[in-house]
This record gives sequence, C-alpha cells and structure tokens, in this order.
Amino acid sequence: MSYSDKMKTMYQEQLETIKNAGIFKEERYIHSSQAADIEVEFPTGSDLKKVINMCANNYLGLSSHPDVIKAAHTGLDMRGYGMSSVRFICGTQDIHKELESKVTEFLGTEDTILFPSCMDANAGVFEALLTSEDIMISDRLVHASIIDGMRLCSAEHDTFKHSNMEHLEQKLQLHQNKRIKMVITDGVFSMDGDIAKLDEMADLCQKYDALLFVDDSHASGFIGKTGRGTHEYCNAIGKIDIITTTFGKALGGASGGCVSGRKEIVEMCRQKARPYLFSNTIAPVVVSGVLEVFNILSGNTERRDKLEKNSDYWRKGLSEAGFVLKDGDSPIVPVMLFNAKLAQDFSKDLFAEGIYAIGFFFPVVPNGQARIRTQISAGHEIHHLDKALEAFIKIGKKYEILGLTKQEIIAKYGL
Amino acid sequence: MKDLILNYVINEYQEDEDDEITYETPLISGGFVDSFSMVSLKVFLEKKFKINIPDDKATPEAFDSVNKIVDLVNGYTK
Repeated sequence: MSYSDKMKTMYQEQLETIKNAGIFKEERYIHSSQAADIEVEFPTGSDLKKVINMCANNYLGLSSHPDVIKAAHTGLDMRGYGMSSVRFICGTQDIHKELESKVTEFLGTEDTILFPSCMDANAGVFEALLTSEDIMISDRLVHASIIDGMRLCSAEHDTFKHSNMEHLEQKLQLHQNKRIKMVITDGVFSMDGDIAKLDEMADLCQKYDALLFVDDSHASGFIGKTGRGTHEYCNAIGKIDIITTTFGKALGGASGGCVSGRKEIVEMCRQKARPYLFSNTIAPVVVSGVLEVFNILSGNTERRDKLEKNSDYWRKGLSEAGFVLKDGDSPIVPVMLFNAKLAQDFSKDLFAEGIYAIGFFFPVVPNGQARIRTQISAGHEIHHLDKALEAFIKIGKKYEILGLTKQEIIAKYGL
Repeated sequence: MKDLILNYVINEYQEDEDDEITYETPLISGGFVDSFSMVSLKVFLEKKFKINIPDDKATPEAFDSVNKIVDLVNGYTK
C-alpha cells in the first residue's frame, strides 16, 4: 500500500477547496423509476420526498415506458445479459447491426456505428479522422465531451463565438490551407437550449470545403417536424457529414451512443476509434430497448408533438410571470438568475416546494450567467407544469425578481 | 501593442456587448476565455509578435488580462 498520509491529506485539502468554493456536487438518491413524479432522498438519510422532476433529459418520457421495458425484458431473455467482448472480437449481435440500420434510416445518413456512450463517440471520432495536418473549428459552447475528444486529437484547433456565423467564416478563411477543416457544433446547446444554425453552417462548409460535425444528443427524437433532429429543423438533412448522438436522453435514457454519417467516415471509426475498439459492446438489453424506442417513434409523432406543446406552455408561463429566460425553441428552458448563490438558494427553495430543478453556475456556465435549467418532458402533464409554475412564481416573489431585467437582477444581487 | 491585443481579445472573445473588456478585465477567471480557447490566443500572439511562448509559461494566470498578456509578450520580444 502506498496511499500515504501525505497523499490522503492532499486529496482531503483539494476536496475541502471544492467545498469552500461552493461547487461540491452531491448526489440525490431517487427511490423510484425515472419519470415526471419521483421520490427523492435528500439530504442523505432524510425521509423520501415526492417531487416533480424538471431536470431530466427524459424528453420523450420513454425512460420508463412499458413497451420499452417489455422489449428490454425480451432482449434479456433472447440475447442474454452481456457479451463479455468488444464489438470486433465477439461482441456484435444481429441486434447491434439492426440498431445501426435503424439509426441510419431515422437520421437520414449513410451509415452508423454504435459506441458505449456519446461521450465515447466524441472521444473517439476526431482522433480517428484527423491528423496534425488538419484543423477543428468548434463553437465556444460545445459540450465537454467534444472538448475532451478534441484534446485527444493531434489536429490543430480553434474556436468561434457562439453561433456567430461571421466569426466562423473568418476562421474558415484563416485556416483555408489546412488539409481537412472540420466545423464542430452541438445541435441543441445543453445549457442554453438554443439551436445551431445548421443551414448556414452547411452553406459555409460547402463554400470553404469543410466537414460539418454535429452532436445532436439534446435533439435526436424530438427536434424537427418528425423528431429527426436539428438537421431536420434546419432543412439540412443530407448536408451533415458527421452526427453523434446518445440513447441516454430522449431515446430511452439508458446508455449508448453512436457516430452516424458518411459511409467512409463511419468505416474509419470502425477501424480506428479507440473507445469502439477497446470498450465493451452495448449490452443486448439496452439495444433491445432502443430498438423499441425507434418502433414507437416511427409510428407517429405524438410524443414529440406533446413535448413541443408542453415546452411552449412552460416557456410562455415563465415569461408571463416575469422571469428572464434564454431565447430558444427547445425543451431546455433556462431561467436566468445571474448570481450563483441566488441560483443555489432558488433551487433549494424549489425543492422544498416539491420541484426538482438544479442551479447551474461557473464553471459549468460562464461567470455571471447562473441559472436554473429546466427541462420539459412529454411525460409531464399540464398539472405538473402548473404546479411547478406556481412554485417558481412563489419563490420569484420571495426574491423580488419577477419583472426585473437582467441588469436589474444583477444590480440587486451582484454577479 | 496593448491596443492591438485588446482589439483582438474583444473581437475574438466578447460574446455579449453588455460585457465591457478593458486592459484589466479578468479574462480567464472572469469567464471570457476558457482554457481551450486560450490556445488560439497563444498562437495569435506567437504569430503576430514572432515569439515562442513556452507551454509552462502560458498559464491561465499569465493570460488573465490584457495587461498581463502585454507583460508576458514583452518578456519574449527583443
């Protein structure tokens, strides 16, 4: 054993620093399935509290859908619990290939490769496709998993201001001599809920001969008229070279992700992407569940339509009550509070009122942009939203922020 | 040099026109420049002033304001 007192003290001090900075993360134990109504033990050891969940990525309300659960049971019975292998040794079943075909058809791409998670897809895709002769140009607000993936890649990197097409064009001009230029963005930005301008980006990529990469984790299944994702919303189907997405959010919420796009690019990932080569295949039970999710989604658009209605209702309610919101057209609705302590206190008060929504602040979002991020689900009914709205208004009144502008809230509470 | 760097920083990193950036504005700790975007700032300085800033000197502290960046660059220009 080499875990000396010196090392122990060092880690204890680091943890203390995190606590003192007010950014120590605590888990809240949920004693029920994922749904609009959940039972939560928080703080640890306290009695269970029934709350309305306003912060899950369960956009389509399929995480505990009976048909998905039934399909997962069948998959468990027919294909077993685990594969004890990576994909290319003996970890590929017929259902893995079936799911890859389903995703390809759903997203309107040429081919798809599954990964254990979208985090893994993003960790592997850049290194598999790019070398030091190439450049990655990413939006400043892309997800942390993309940043980690870019760090693992030897290509040069640069960034452009969030959704700023002029700045992107400047960067494409600046790097026009690179062998491969890849423009990288989220489809729906997870913290702000706004949607990337994929149509304009696709045009710029065409003009400057660049590849376009989109992480559509917060869009697949519900953004766009038939839920195909951001590329459908922006009329850019067929124009995106690489889409990564997850099955851990709207598409069943369990785990798993993929890279979908140009045939040769997907094949390169199959040959070279390290998380695909060195990590276990997705468990058969999860694959079976996701296959059923696609069956449900191919039948009709009822769930994404309900989600859209719910999101509009929620956004309108908060806006009319006088909260400052981030503009957007997605189920992610950030209630802006700007001050980190106010966001923490607000979240705590919401919980006391039976509403589960988390405060986000620096470094998760830029300094001075603290917020409560709310996420709407097709699993919410209007009575859930009304109750949540009532609680938000009650606490908004307590802190006297209703009807105030950004500048007025900052003047009152500071940054 | 000071204004050139300030103009670059404003053009490159100011997302919201309400947020004023001056010579003293904390860029990294203030959340204007993340550690990932800092790399492009380093590349800009090296190309513009024909210098080489060693990685161990390109710290978040050294890049935390235009004034600090000017000090850093001055240390490597002849």
